[in-house]
Amino acid sequence: MEGFGPSLAFWVLSALTLIAAGGVMVSRNLLHAVLFLILTFVGVAGFFVLLSADFIAMAQVIIYVGAIAVLVLFAILLTPRSGRDNGETRWALPGILLAVCLAAIFLFVVHDTAWDTVGDAPAGLDARALGTALLTTWVVPFEIASVLLTAALVGAIMLTRSPEEEAEDALV
Amino acid sequence: MTPFLVSDKWYDIRDLGNLSRAILEAADRILPFGVVYVLAAVLGFVASFLLFVLPSQLFVGVYGERRIIGRMQSRLGPNRVGPFGLLQPIADAIKLIQKEALTPTQADRAVMYVAPIIFVMPAVLLWAVIPFGENMVIADIPVSLLYFLAVSSLPVIATFMAGWSANNKYSLFGAMRIVSMAISYESPLVLALLGAVVVTGTISLSGMVAWADEFNIWMAFVQPLALVIYFICVSAELNRTPVDIAEAESEIVAGYLTEYSGMKWGLFYGMDIGYALAASGFAVTVFLGGWTFFGLEQWVPGWLIFIAKTHLFYFLFIWTRGTLPRLRADQLMAFAWKFLLPLGVFNLLIVSTERMLWAEQDYAKGLIYLFALINIVLSGALVYAWARFNGYRPERTPTRPRLVKQVGGYIPIEERP
Repeated sequence: MEGFGPSLAFWVLSALTLIAAGGVMVSRNLLHAVLFLILTFVGVAGFFVLLSADFIAMAQVIIYVGAIAVLVLFAILLTPRSGRDNGETRWALPGILLAVCLAAIFLFVVHDTAWDTVGDAPAGLDARALGTALLTTWVVPFEIASVLLTAALVGAIMLTRSPEEEAEDALV
Repeated sequence: MTPFLVSDKWYDIRDLGNLSRAILEAADRILPFGVVYVLAAVLGFVASFLLFVLPSQLFVGVYGERRIIGRMQSRLGPNRVGPFGLLQPIADAIKLIQKEALTPTQADRAVMYVAPIIFVMPAVLLWAVIPFGENMVIADIPVSLLYFLAVSSLPVIATFMAGWSANNKYSLFGAMRIVSMAISYESPLVLALLGAVVVTGTISLSGMVAWADEFNIWMAFVQPLALVIYFICVSAELNRTPVDIAEAESEIVAGYLTEYSGMKWGLFYGMDIGYALAASGFAVTVFLGGWTFFGLEQWVPGWLIFIAKTHLFYFLFIWTRGTLPRLRADQLMAFAWKFLLPLGVFNLLIVSTERMLWAEQDYAKGLIYLFALINIVLSGALVYAWARFNGYRPERTPTRPRLVKQVGGYIPIEERP
């Protein structure tokens, strides 16, 4: 990362991501936490753009902001009284312990890994190359993953259907 | 790709990129370093505002839409303020600005305040990747189609924030509906666009325009089913009237907009039009050849062709809004999952097969016209067959009015035999 622009973008994005991630933990309201989480996802997408991985950045926004965050919002709406005023502090101590352990592991890994440093800026991930690789070299894992996801989708629908709904479908 | 008449002279208005580049290069020589970027932003803002935003947003979007819908519903529409009522949108804007924007006492003030602002931002960002001409695209990134999809998934969050923060059950119903609709309609939308991507082999919008120019055919002819699916899905995601269950005023007051008033409401209303215009521009770029028109772009400025096409496509939104009745929420969800999604999968299968055959023939130019013919026939047959398979049997010549349940529609559980 050379030059003034990328450095500025990096620090601004870092501040945004970290502050939003802090907001996720600090906010007492579950829905505010989710909104902060979305902001964190957007910040991470910005980092991918900085690394000239355009495709990954767009996928990050589509999948995490467009799909996962919306699903989380949906789950919160469907849970009674989860939206407002639910500051639950019973689990604060175990949570802090877990966070410290995780941070220790991450720091250990980051410190002990021999990171490859690339001199030039990466050429960027070509979406065409990615697609070709997915549909030729890695086609079997790709297809297995799709079948697995479809099976999970169908299974979720089957689990949540009530007998009334099945009766409804039988008539239509 | 380079039309023979377009030059890079600054006075060649067929591509305004030349003029802006000339101005900025001249300014860069005089002004200190860095000022030229500010100048570029100001220039782009003023030019796009005068050429596109003002005529589209106010006069086609607000005024034209109300006039045309009035015409369709046998009334006059706005005709009092200024000549033919042309100044009505400006009067509306002044009214909205001086109106008090109320906030309920029990509302989540911060989220309610931020929601309209977040709703506006993606509407502006979307235009960054839409090519108005060969050099007239702000960010010609190689993944611009994905960028468009990614950014257009953001307003759902803003509408959800608006609906949830008002602490009103009708708002919450609206928010709930918009979230469930976004989940349902995103997948057929992406499948439809995937068909177009498979044919062109690119996810860059400029690349798609170049493809249409090279083969002298619009994607709408090669992928008619994809265009129809895209149009229906995007109407649903944008809350346009035939499918605007999130703000259905006959059911849930005004949905997520119930507690909004003044300019906060105005931002939502204005940007609904902005999103519909952006979706039209995107559809024109992907399916209708963008700024090209079978060689006409060498004589008429390409950006004029693009704007005209966008407005004509936007007329489709106005038309459906003026003529079709609103669907019920569960019907709309069932339509996405049981009708559009399987059709999208079939369409993708057909187009992938064609693409493989086409690649074996070294992308022969004549073959694409054959595929277009086949696809038009197949799309009609597929829609008909899938509707029959699902048990929809429309009556050609109805002789008497009937209840929905008499023709096999929804019957409440307790009334069932």
